[in-house]
Amino acid sequence: MSVPERLAKNRVVLDEEESHIEIDQELCRTTGTGARIIAVCPAGVYSEQDGRIVADHAACLECGTCLAVAAPGALRWHYPRGGFGVSFREG
Amino acid sequence: MSSAAAEPDFDVIVVGGGPAGSVTAYLLAQQGLSVVLIERGEAPGAKNLSGGVLYGRVLDEVFPGFAQSAPVERRITRHVTTFLTGDSSVSLDYAGGPLAEPVNAVTVLRARFDPWLAERAEEAGVFLMPGVRVDSLLREDTPAGPQVVGVRAGDDELRARVVVAADGVNSFLARSIGLRPQPPTHHLAVGVKAVVSLPRTVIEDRFAVSGDQGAAHAIVGDCTLGIGGGGFLYTNTESLSVGVVLRLDDLVKHGRTAAEVFEHYLSHPVLEPYLRGGEIVEYGSHLVAEGGLEMLGQIVTGGMVVVGEAAGLTINSGLTVRGMDLAIGSAVAAAKGIGEAIAAQDVTATGLAAYRRHLDESFVVKDLRTYARAPKFLERPRMYGAYGELAAGLFRDVFRLDGSPRKHLAAVARDSFRRSAVSVRDLVSDGWAGVRAL
Ligand SMILES: Cc1cc2nc3c(=O)[nH]c(=O)nc-3n(C[C@H](O)[C@H](O)[C@H](O)COP(=O)(O)OP(=O)(O)OC[C@H]3O[C@@H](n4cnc5c(N)ncnc54)[C@H](O)[C@@H]3O)c2cc1C
Ligand code: SF4
Repeated sequence: MSVPERLAKNRVVLDEEESHIEIDQELCRTTGTGARIIAVCPAGVYSEQDGRIVADHAACLECGTCLAVAAPGALRWHYPRGGFGVSFREG
Repeated sequence: MSSAAAEPDFDVIVVGGGPAGSVTAYLLAQQGLSVVLIERGEAPGAKNLSGGVLYGRVLDEVFPGFAQSAPVERRITRHVTTFLTGDSSVSLDYAGGPLAEPVNAVTVLRARFDPWLAERAEEAGVFLMPGVRVDSLLREDTPAGPQVVGVRAGDDELRARVVVAADGVNSFLARSIGLRPQPPTHHLAVGVKAVVSLPRTVIEDRFAVSGDQGAAHAIVGDCTLGIGGGGFLYTNTESLSVGVVLRLDDLVKHGRTAAEVFEHYLSHPVLEPYLRGGEIVEYGSHLVAEGGLEMLGQIVTGGMVVVGEAAGLTINSGLTVRGMDLAIGSAVAAAKGIGEAIAAQDVTATGLAAYRRHLDESFVVKDLRTYARAPKFLERPRMYGAYGELAAGLFRDVFRLDGSPRKHLAAVARDSFRRSAVSVRDLVSDGWAGVRAL
């Protein structure tokens, strides 16, 4: 079973109005943050497309691992607004 | 306190409906204080994930007999510790009646267990606000220095005499006012976990347990591809909690992806027979604090205290991960300290320091002190590779009768030791450090 297939089992209320992830492309490149967050994210939220790092915020499991390995300022990540995001049914 | 500009809405605002927050709120309401418990998930537990082994002694003091009434999965009566290499495993299996009565540890699934705790708080009079994210703290300058006087959530402001930051490992609240720094990556690990459903009887047969008893397997070595951390495999009533915990500095250093390590673990030939035929019903991840005593730091400021994993309270001894029981222990200390501070009409940092004193006297800080050297010890890379190889090599030579003349155990041990990457000096150094750390 692939990561996307596994994630499909999770219940997510997607915030269509705002993403809780913002990327500073310049800093991501110069600090190596881009490669790090692609590797550590267990949900495969980040990928590189045409030299840019993109985030699929709907897949996020809200662990905060990406922020913990990011260089200061390279990533703006906070919890989704109340009631939005992933809901575990087991935990 | 008379310096607060506006009359507070509540005596206490607790942010975070995990074990630390719910138990703090419950105990404060029991003292007759007005308490609001704010949780960003649509219900308490919805955002929470753990391996799931709760050492229950402290919760039993708060809710006597909780294991009978709370949604717990199995009573853990069997602890298995396994060293894993690419194709072999060496295990130590402790099964014992002394673990069954009184109940020592139980498995829980947080999406079911946390709501039960929050309901106890509500029953005691706590006002629960789920689905609300606290965005920032309200602060005011007073003669005694800056004082936290409430929280902001969206356009709403709520004021209280005391705010309790029970917002978990990322604790943005404590970070936002510079009380606690962002932890360094070697003090954090990412947990990646799946819940795999299996029929009750299959679990009992595979793990050699019966009735409501269960097993907890801790696994080190090849399960993390040599990355600092380990694997766990715990039994629930009708599912298994299976996952890895990976120290962030080491994960980054190895250049592996977290998903790839998890995949490798799930498909390991030693794990596969336990999981066979099971269905993955949930996949999740969560950070866990790993710094032990070194992470404790500042947990009290004017008008606010920090409890649970937000205060860095976890112990990883290599064989067990503890966070929930320490969260509850800190809740007990915080409720006492806050009660005293409010009664004495002093909720400045000085008044709230009562929390820190109760915490220092409790099992929480005592155990953190006992295991203070464990994080450093567990950073030694041999724990995750060479020792598994050494143990597996030794037992292979003992059990594999390949026609060569047999040797005494001591000679076999000497030979496997020579072949392994471990030097005598490593062994002595690690052995001594291990005895002192664990
Ligand atoms: C993979 C893994 C395995 C583990 N295994 C074990 C184990 O076997 N045994 C054990 O005892 N411990 C284990 N732990 C550790 C344990 O899960 C934690 O230490 C424990 O949950 C901490 O409890 P807490 O109440 O402090 O924080 P949490 O349980 O994290 O609760 C914090 C709460 O605050 C809420 N929140 C956060 N920010 C806000 C905000 N701004 N506004 C509103 N609400 C907010 C969150 O949604 C959450 O409900 C494990 C952890 C992981 C990751
Ligand atoms: S919070 Fe966790 S799941 Fe979400 S993007 Fe960051 S690393 Fe991935």
